[in-house]
Amino acid sequence: MQAGTVKNKVQPPLTRKDFKSDQDVRWCPGCGDHLILASMQNAFAKMGHKKENILSVSGIGCSSRITYYLETYGIHSIHGRAIAVSTGAKLANPDLNVWVFTGDGDSMAIGGNHFIHACRRNIDLNVVVFNNRIYGMTKGQSSPTTPVGLKTKTAPGGSYENPFNIGEIAIGAGATFFARVPDNDLKMLEDVMLQAYHHKGISIIEVLQNCVIFTDGIHEKITGKDTKDENQVILEHGKPIQFGKENSEGLKISGMRLEKTTAENTIIHDAEEADTNMHLSLVRLKLPEFPVATGIIRKVESTPYEKSVHDAIADVQAGSPFKNVDDLFRSGNTWEID
Amino acid sequence: MTDTVLTQEMRKVVVRFSGDSGDGMQLTGDMFSQSSGIAGNDLTTIPDFPAEIRAPQGSIGGVSSFQVQIGGTEIYTPGDAVDVLVVMNPAALAANLQFLKSGGIIIADKDNFSSRYLKKANYEENPLEDGSLQDYFVIRAPATSLTKEALKNLGLQTKEITRSKNMFALGVVLYMFSRPLEKTIEFIEKKFGNKPKLIEANTKALNAGYNFAHNTELYGHSVHVPPAKLPKGTYRNINGNKAVAWGLLAAAEKSGRKLSLSSYPITPASEILHELSNRKDMGAIVLQAEDEIAAVTAAIGAAFSGNLSITTTSGPGVSLKSEALGLAVIAELPLVIVNVQRAGPSTGLPTKTEQSDLNQALYGRHGDAPMVIIAASSPDDCFYYSYEAAKIALEHVTPVLMLSDSYLSSGTSPWRIPEKEDLDEINIPRFEGPPDEWEPYMRDPEFLNRYWMAPGDKGFEHRIGGLEKKEITGNLSYEPLNHEKMTKIREEKIQRIAKKLPKQKVIGPDSGKLLVVGWGSTHGAINTAVTELMDDGETDIAFTHFNYIYPLPENTEEIFQNYDQILVCELNNGQFVNYLKSKFSEFSFRQFNKIQGQPFFTSEIKAQIINLLSE
Repeated sequence: MQAGTVKNKVQPPLTRKDFKSDQDVRWCPGCGDHLILASMQNAFAKMGHKKENILSVSGIGCSSRITYYLETYGIHSIHGRAIAVSTGAKLANPDLNVWVFTGDGDSMAIGGNHFIHACRRNIDLNVVVFNNRIYGMTKGQSSPTTPVGLKTKTAPGGSYENPFNIGEIAIGAGATFFARVPDNDLKMLEDVMLQAYHHKGISIIEVLQNCVIFTDGIHEKITGKDTKDENQVILEHGKPIQFGKENSEGLKISGMRLEKTTAENTIIHDAEEADTNMHLSLVRLKLPEFPVATGIIRKVESTPYEKSVHDAIADVQAGSPFKNVDDLFRSGNTWEID
Repeated sequence: MTDTVLTQEMRKVVVRFSGDSGDGMQLTGDMFSQSSGIAGNDLTTIPDFPAEIRAPQGSIGGVSSFQVQIGGTEIYTPGDAVDVLVVMNPAALAANLQFLKSGGIIIADKDNFSSRYLKKANYEENPLEDGSLQDYFVIRAPATSLTKEALKNLGLQTKEITRSKNMFALGVVLYMFSRPLEKTIEFIEKKFGNKPKLIEANTKALNAGYNFAHNTELYGHSVHVPPAKLPKGTYRNINGNKAVAWGLLAAAEKSGRKLSLSSYPITPASEILHELSNRKDMGAIVLQAEDEIAAVTAAIGAAFSGNLSITTTSGPGVSLKSEALGLAVIAELPLVIVNVQRAGPSTGLPTKTEQSDLNQALYGRHGDAPMVIIAASSPDDCFYYSYEAAKIALEHVTPVLMLSDSYLSSGTSPWRIPEKEDLDEINIPRFEGPPDEWEPYMRDPEFLNRYWMAPGDKGFEHRIGGLEKKEITGNLSYEPLNHEKMTKIREEKIQRIAKKLPKQKVIGPDSGKLLVVGWGSTHGAINTAVTELMDDGETDIAFTHFNYIYPLPENTEEIFQNYDQILVCELNNGQFVNYLKSKFSEFSFRQFNKIQGQPFFTSEIKAQIINLLSE
C-alpha cells in the first residue's frame, strides 16, 4: 500500500491550520524557513492524506526545528540521520506519508551516506533540503555547498573547497524525482511538494533558502525580483525551455553540452526521460554563463523500495507452509524426548 | 581397546571432526550431534573454522573442525579435551592432536596421508606409521578408497565421490556409538531432497564406513552413552544466532507487532541478519542498511512507527551506533540492540570470542543514558533472552541491549521447542483514554514507562526527539531542574524493571567460603567446574550466574553478603568485577580473567577455585 492511495484520504478536507502545532516558531525574522513551513502546511492540507499517517522527520540544524512546528507525527532525530530514521519508518509502515527536512550540512556532510543510499534504493520519502550554503545553527561554518571564495568562520580567507551540487549528487545516486525551488516562490514550492507527494519513490526538493544572518542574499541573483528572469530557467515537463526577458532565450544541444539559443530553437524539457544525461546537464547550469534551473528537473517512474520489500514478503507468505512461528520451529530435523 | 580412554559405558564423551575446509566436517559433526540428540543425550557443540574464506587445500590454515560433547548427564560445554578425533588429512592431525587426551582414539583417512599432503602439513615422516602416535589408539581407515569403491557404479564425477567420504567417517563414528543409521539416512534424504543420486551416494558411503568399523578393531568395542534426563518435549539443535532470531520472531508474534530488523553485516552477528532476511514467511521486514548508524537510526524510525524493532551487530558496530542509542534512551522508544561480542578493540580478533563489550554496554554513551542490559548464557537460551529483551523493550517502552558472543553464536545445544503457553504474555502499554487526555511523556505510575502511541493512532500526533523534554508534555525544555528530574526518572524507570525480573539463584550452599560468579556465555564452563568439584566432595563453594546485568536482580546483595569471598570469572580484563565492586564495595572480590579470544576450559576454572580455597 502506497501513500496517496484512497485508503489514506481524509474527509472533511483539512486546512493549513490543522498542521500548525502549539509551539512557537523560533527562526530568525526574514529566514526562508518560514516560507518553507507555510508552503508545507498548505501542501499537507491539499494532499488530503490522513493526518495520523503523516510523519515528519528532521535531523539537526535550523531546518530541522520544523518538525516541532508541524502538527503531524514527528521525529527530531540526530545530526545527519533523518533520512535513515525515515527509511526505517516508511519500511515499517508503507502507509505513512513521510517528509524529511534537512539542510545542506545535515544531508550533504554528516548524512551524505544516507542521502545517496536513499536515492539508490528509491524509497518513497519526500526530502526537503534547505540549502543556505552555510552552517547556520552552529554559527557560520562552511558547508559542502559553500561556494568557492565565500568567507566563513572556518574559511576566513574564503573557501577553497569545491562545493557539491545537490541535484548532481541526487540524480547521480539514482533519485527518480529532483526539483530545485527558490524559497520565495511559494506557488512553485507548494506545487512541487504536491507533485513529490504523488511521486512514488524518492523525491528530493532542493530549496534555495536564504539565511539572513550568515549568507544573506546568497541566492539573490537567482531569486531576486529584478534578476530572476535572466538568471533562472523554470523547467516544466513537456514545455519549451525558455528564460530571459519575455522568454526570448532558450537552450540547445551543441556537441556534448548545452548552449544558449533563441526561444524558437530551444529544446523541450522531458522530466520523464529515464536517461540521466540531460537532467544532469540541466542541474549543472550555473551563473554567470547560464541561468540556474528550477522546477521539476527529473521525475521518472520506478518501483519504490518499500513496495518491493512488502511485495516479496506477501509472495513468500502466500507460498509458505509455515503460518506461525510454531510451524517454523517444528520444521526440519527435530526429535522427541519422552 | 583396553588401553584407550573409552569404556563400554560413558557419562560424557568429546568427539572432534576435523578435515580440510571442503571436507564437510561441519555437516558431519552436525549429523552426529543430531543422532546423539535422538539417542537422548544432552550435548553442546562448537565449530572451529578458518578465518580465510578459502585457505589452500591441505594446509594447516585450511583445517575446519567441529567439536561436540555428548553425555548422559547435562552437558554445558563442548568439552576441554577430546576422546575421539576424526582427521581427514595430515593437516587436520597436526592442528588437532594437541586437544586429544592420552589414550584417545584417532580415526584417520589413511588414503590422504600421501607425501604431498604430509608435506603441506610439515610432516617429514608419516605419523600413522612412524610410531609417533603410540600414546593413542589409531584406526587407519582407507576412507577415500573405500568410498570410491562403494560409489563406482553410480556414474558420479570423481569430485562428487570424494566429497562423500565424510559420510564414510560418520559411519565409522556412528558404529562406535552403536547408533542406528535410519535417522541419519532420513537426514541425508531431507538434505539432498531433489538429488536422488547424492542421496544414494551419501547413504552408500555411510554404510561403507559403518561396515568397515564392524569388520575392524572397533568390532565389539562400542561405547554406550546413556540418555540424559531431559524434560519431555520436541527438541532440535540450534545455534545462538538462530536462537536470537527465532526468539525475536516469537516475541513479534506474541505481541502482535510486526518485526523490523535493520542491520549492517558484521562478524559474528551477520547470521541473525541472514536468518531474518530468510524469514519473509514470518513477515519479517529487513533492511540491510548502508552503515551501522543507518541501521540503528532506521530501527529507531521503525520503533516510532510501532513495530518490534531490532538492530543486531558486534562491538565495533555498537561503537558507531552509540550516539543514536542516546536518542533511543531520551526519546524512550522500544528498541532491541543485539551485540554478538567478538574479541579485542578495533578489528581485534573478529572471529574469536570475548566478553569485553560489557563496559561499552554499561557506560558507552554520552550523557546519563541508562539502558537495560541482559546476557544469554547458552546457544539455546539465546532464544529466551532475545524474547525477554523484546518483552522488556515493548512493555517498558525502552531500549534493551542484549549481549551474546562469538562462542554462543556458532555453538549449538539442544533446544526444547516451547509450547505456546511456555512463552510469557507481552502486554504493550497503550493509552486507553481519549487523545486530549494523553501526553507523550505521561507515565505508568508503577513502572514509570510512557505509553506507546504510534503513527496511525488518530488524534495522538506528537513529536519526539533528542532534545531534553519537559516532564509529561514532552515539549522542549532547558529548565535546569526539569533536566535533573528527567535524568532521574529515566534511571529510576530502568531500576524498577528489577521488580519484574526473576530472583538470582545460587547453586550450592547459601553461605560459605567462596561464591563463584559468572555472567553470560561462560555459564557452561563455570557450572561444570563447580558441580564437578561438588561431586568430588567440595562443600565450601557455591555458584551464581548473571543474565540480568542492568538492573541487577533485587536479591544480589543479599546473596553476596553470605560468602567470605566472591570470585568473578569472565573473558575480559575485569569488567563485571569492577562493576560489582562499584555497586557493592563492602564485599571481598577476587577475579579470574582470560583474554585469549577463547572460551574458558572447565579445568582452568577448577584449578583457580582449588588455588583460592587453599590460600
